[in-house]
Amino acid sequence: MFTESAEMARMPPAASGDPFVPRIYCVDRIRRELSDTVTLEITPSQGPRPRYAPGQFNMLYAFGVGEVAISISGDCADDRTFVHTVRDVGAASRAITSLDVGAAIGVRGPFGTAWPVTDAEGSDIVIVAGGLGLAPLRPAIYHVLANRSRYGRIAILFGTRHPQDMLYRDELAAWRRNLDISVEVTVDHADRDWRGNVGVVPALIARASFDPHDTVALVCGPEIMMRFAVNALRDAGVAPDHIHLSMERNMKCAIGLCGHCQFGPQFVCKDGPVMRFDRIASLFAVREI
Amino acid sequence: MPDETASVQTATAPPSKAMKAVISCDALQALIAALAADYLVLGPTVRDGAIVYEEISDLSQLPAGWKDKQDAGKYRLERREDDAIFGFAVGPHSWKRFLHPPVETLWTGRRDNDGFSIAPAAGEPRKFAFIGVRSCELHAIAIQDKVFIGSPYADVGYRARRQDAFIVAVNCAEAGGTCFCASMETGPEAKNGFDLVLTELLGEARHDFLVDVGSDAGAALLGRLPHRSASDADVAAKAAIIAQTRARMGRALETDGIKELLQSSPNHQRWDDVAARCLTCGNCTMVCPTCFCTTVEDHSDLTGNTAERVRKWDSCFTLDFSYIHGGSVRETGSSRYRQWITHKLANWIDQFGTSGCVGCGRCITWCPLGIDITEEAAAIRANPMTAAGGQHEGT
Repeated sequence: MFTESAEMARMPPAASGDPFVPRIYCVDRIRRELSDTVTLEITPSQGPRPRYAPGQFNMLYAFGVGEVAISISGDCADDRTFVHTVRDVGAASRAITSLDVGAAIGVRGPFGTAWPVTDAEGSDIVIVAGGLGLAPLRPAIYHVLANRSRYGRIAILFGTRHPQDMLYRDELAAWRRNLDISVEVTVDHADRDWRGNVGVVPALIARASFDPHDTVALVCGPEIMMRFAVNALRDAGVAPDHIHLSMERNMKCAIGLCGHCQFGPQFVCKDGPVMRFDRIASLFAVREI
Repeated sequence: MPDETASVQTATAPPSKAMKAVISCDALQALIAALAADYLVLGPTVRDGAIVYEEISDLSQLPAGWKDKQDAGKYRLERREDDAIFGFAVGPHSWKRFLHPPVETLWTGRRDNDGFSIAPAAGEPRKFAFIGVRSCELHAIAIQDKVFIGSPYADVGYRARRQDAFIVAVNCAEAGGTCFCASMETGPEAKNGFDLVLTELLGEARHDFLVDVGSDAGAALLGRLPHRSASDADVAAKAAIIAQTRARMGRALETDGIKELLQSSPNHQRWDDVAARCLTCGNCTMVCPTCFCTTVEDHSDLTGNTAERVRKWDSCFTLDFSYIHGGSVRETGSSRYRQWITHKLANWIDQFGTSGCVGCGRCITWCPLGIDITEEAAAIRANPMTAAGGQHEGT
């Protein structure tokens, strides 16, 4: 259903065998991003790291505790590590964010569809992220920046709740210093020192500079934020088939067998997580689907 | 396989896949015994007031002389006036419990000097032989084959169990009160997906089984049983039984355009109506022969040195099923019932090229409130105009 472009093709993991069995990786580096969020760099204990495309995810397993779906947030050009930004929101993610350097972690993946960064060449790129939604978009940002000449204008629009919980703050600042791209950040609730935008991220879309007839939009964040972002993109004139969203649902297996991640007829694990808006527009308007 | 039955074989030519034969009740016992040498033989038997599927070794364990009286929310065993062995429809069990077990250890892990290691669980040591698989159940197995084997990532455990299974099907002589296989085009006649299929022929002075062969393995087994060629009268008797069963379906479901109907009705007011009755207990999903959803549980022992992942049947009727941090996607009962029936009758077609319903009626019978999938689908169809309105607007 979602296989016509190279990036949307499902990419089975390089390691064959039982897809239920995790491979063992080692935590190489840990960077604390926020009070409840860390970024882990992990490498396989044996063998090469499988290839992945921006937007795909892995199932990360903390020994004896559980497994959780986490998007890959590193640079695809690095062929050594998987980079995952993980927020402590439950037992498994707490165990994963508590790991030390040198610890072992189980990995199944990569799974799912990818951002259409190759299909988008020649177009303007609008990246809309809310909160931790910036993590699955970061590999796409790395890719378009590394291949800057292949794209038109690039806008990165990022919204976060408070200035102090801004993910990838240093990187955002570095991207912002790049005069060749436009980076806008907004916060829901400003503090005394905040000098930037205040409000929700969809409001930045109307002010961003892009050609609506030749733009590819990549959107990830809470579902309510994505709903308003899509409305703003549509209002700006971006066609539904040029808007791509990364969806989130409960996942147990990541290989289309457990049934949990169904979003209408789609399985978010294999038909997503990156989905073209025109294909899910009717579902997107339905509550509790 | 052992050859203890060879001496009593009749002098007819070796059976082929095209052959129709007739065997006696005694030969059915020989069939069970022959299979038991290589397989764990599973078949219907009476336990706790219901006909369930368990290991069998003897013909006497089969539910001879019993029938099941079924209606919405009702199941009772009653005595038949004859000694029919397969004179019932289906009970709460389906063969799913063997091919896709309710609880299955996927792997075990152990801490070691390098962190930990993981070993896949050992597979099922014994092959299964199923006795008495109905046409709707053959279709249910074929549907689960598409789910577990037909996807890019096959379930290796399911595939192994499935490939090894020997299937003796039975053509239904009784339609249950909640049956609607005729509507779903999944029965009552078993047409493929079996090694052998039996049709029970009962009369004044006879109790035989017409046997059709579905595979070379089935032909080989039949060849080792005492049998005779079927007469035209035997074949006509089978056709009459199937026609009679088809005419006695307890329920019907209109399938024309059902996918488009349900997919265009997410805001139908009927979902709130059914939610007022539904307990969201998940019984329908547990008895359904095609429902495949599972969850996983991760355990560790008290030392923390060994761990395992166990897969268990799950139900889309639980709150946990759709939980993501912050809450469940489907909080209301109406959204959960809508998910189940829309998946079963509509989305399944997009996902796997087939309906997820085989018309076995289990979900109707075993619903404590007697909620009827055929009735709910008919209610949506009867009043499609309300689909445009409703209280569930986006944004």
